[in-house]
Amino acid sequence: MTTAAINPEPPVVRRVEVTPSRPGAEEFAARPDAIKLATDNVSIMYGQKVAVRDVSMTVQDCSILALIGPSGSGKSTFLRCFNRMNDLIPGASVQGEVRLDGENVMEPDVSVVELRRRVGMVFQRPNPFPMSIYENVAYGPRRRGQNDRRALDELVETSLKRAALWDEVKDDLRRKSGLALSGGQQQRLCIARVLATDPEVILMDEPASALDPVSTLRIEELMRELREAYTIVIVTHNMQQAARVSDITAFFTMAEDRAGYLVEIGPTGRIFTRPSERLTEDYISGRFG
Amino acid sequence: MTTTAGRAIGNPSGPKPSLRNKTSRGSILADRAATVALWGTGVLVILILGAIILHFALAAWGVVSLSFILSDPSETTLGGIFPVLWNSVYMLALTLLIAVPVGILGGIYMSEYAGENPITNAIRFAEESISSVPSIVVGLFGLILFVDDFHWGFSALGGALALTLFNLPLMTRLSEQALRAVPQDERSASLALGATKWQTIRHVVLPLAIPGLITSVILTAGRVFGEAAVLLFTAGVGTPPHYNFLNFDLTSVASPWSPFRPATTLSVYIYKLQSEGLGAYVNQIVDGSAAILISMVLIFNLGARYLGRVLTRRLTAV
Repeated sequence: MTTAAINPEPPVVRRVEVTPSRPGAEEFAARPDAIKLATDNVSIMYGQKVAVRDVSMTVQDCSILALIGPSGSGKSTFLRCFNRMNDLIPGASVQGEVRLDGENVMEPDVSVVELRRRVGMVFQRPNPFPMSIYENVAYGPRRRGQNDRRALDELVETSLKRAALWDEVKDDLRRKSGLALSGGQQQRLCIARVLATDPEVILMDEPASALDPVSTLRIEELMRELREAYTIVIVTHNMQQAARVSDITAFFTMAEDRAGYLVEIGPTGRIFTRPSERLTEDYISGRFG
Repeated sequence: MTTTAGRAIGNPSGPKPSLRNKTSRGSILADRAATVALWGTGVLVILILGAIILHFALAAWGVVSLSFILSDPSETTLGGIFPVLWNSVYMLALTLLIAVPVGILGGIYMSEYAGENPITNAIRFAEESISSVPSIVVGLFGLILFVDDFHWGFSALGGALALTLFNLPLMTRLSEQALRAVPQDERSASLALGATKWQTIRHVVLPLAIPGLITSVILTAGRVFGEAAVLLFTAGVGTPPHYNFLNFDLTSVASPWSPFRPATTLSVYIYKLQSEGLGAYVNQIVDGSAAILISMVLIFNLGARYLGRVLTRRLTAV
C-alpha cells in the first residue's frame, strides 16, 4: 500500500478537445483571391543564429490561424514578421517575402506605420498604457490625427463594445486608468485599442497565457466573434485553445540546429485528428514538447 | 491501513518536526546585526541632516525676517540679501533654460536613437567622467572662454553657460537613465498601434519618464543653487548694487534682467562674506543666508515634484 501511494500515477494520454473543422475550411484554402497573408521562404536570423527557417504559408481572409509548437520553435518570432516588429530587435533580419493582400511588406519603401495600422497586435502580457481607459482606446486614432471629440467618443464606444468590455467600464472611461482593470479586462482593453485603429489583421502572441481560465474563455469567445471581420493569427502554447478557436493550425518545431521551422499546416480538425507528420502527432498527443 | 500509510509518506517513523527555531545561531546573529546596522545608518543620516538644519535654523533665528530677505546688502549693519537672492534665482532660471532642453534632448538621443556601440559607450563614459571634474576647473575654463576670449567680463550668462557645462553631462546621463527605465513593452505597444517613433517618445516614453527627468532637474538645480567655485571666475564676486527692476535695458549692466551683468549669487556671497567680510554682522548674515539657501533648495524640490505630478497627469490623460 505504501509503495502504491508513492508511485506516480500511470501516464494519462492528454486528450485534445476537437472542434469539427468549420464547413468550407478546405475549400477556403483553395481560393487564391481570399488570401490575406502569405509568406514565401521566410527565414529570420538573430545575428548569425537562424531562429526561423524557410516558412511558406498562406492565411485566408477572415479566418483564425493558430501557430503551435514547443518553446523556441520560432512561432512568436514568425508572428512578428507580419507587422515587422522584428525590425525593433537589434541584429534581427528577415529574408523572404511576407505579403499582405499580395503586397510584399518587406520592401524598403513600405511604411511600417501604415502596415502596423492594418496589422494590429495583442501581446502576451496585457500592456495597457498608464492612461485612462478612454485614452488607451483613443491612442491609435489620435496618433493619426483624429481629434474630433464626437468621432473619438463613438470609436471608443464601438471598439470597447466589440471587445466585450463596454458594459464593465462605460461608467468610468475617463476616470479609471487602464492599469486599474483586472488582467482579463486589460487584455480586452488591449484588443479594443487595436480594433480602434481599424485593422484588417490581428496578431495575438499568446494573448491568454497570463489570464485565468474564465478570462481565457472570454478572449476565445471574442476571437470567434472577431473572425467574422478580421484575419487573426494566434500563437498559443495551449493546444486545446488552438483546437477550440482556430480554423487552420500550423505546427512549428525545432531542427537540430535549434532553428524553428514549419512542420505542417492544415485545417485544425485534420491536424488534431489525422496529422500527416509523425512529429505533429507526437506533439499533439503529448509525447513531445 | 490507508490512513497509516498516508501518514507514513509525509513523516516516516520519527517525531514530528517542531516549529521551534532551528536556524543556526550564526545566521540569526547576522540577521540581527544587519537589522541594527541598517537602521543605525538610516538614523545617523537623518540625525546629521537634522543637526545641520537645526543648526542653521537656530543660528538664523532673529536674523531672517522679511526685511532681511527684501533689503539691499550691508556688512556694517545687518544688511539684507535681496540682490544676491535674485541673482541665484536668475542664474537658476537661465541655467535651466539652457541645460534642461539640451539635457533632455541629449538623453532622448542617447536612450532612443544612439543605441549601444563603442562610440556611444565612450560618450556615456565621458559624461560620467566630466561630471566629476572639480568645479573650480570648470570655473577656470569658463574664465578663459567666456570672460576673456569672448570679452564678456563677469556676466550672468557666462556663469550660466559654465554651470551648464558643469551640469549637462550628468543631466544627460540621468535623463537617459530615466528614459531607459520605461519598459520596452510600452514602446512596443505604441509602435504596434502604428504610432511613429517620435509619437511613441512624445506620448508614451516621455510622460512615463517624467519622475526620473524631474529628479535630474532637481539635482542640477541643487548644484546651481549651491555652486560657488564655477561662478567665482565667471559671474563674479562682489556686493551687487541696488537693482532697479523697472530697468529693462538688457544691454545695461545695471539692469537686473540683463544676462550681461556681473551676478553674485547667494552661495558666492556667503563665500565672499565668510572669507573676506569685515563687518560686525558678517556671521549673522552668513547664517541667515545659509538658512535661506537651504529653504530655497527645499522649496524648489517640492515645487518641481508637484509640477512633475501635474505634468504626468496632463500628458497621460488628456
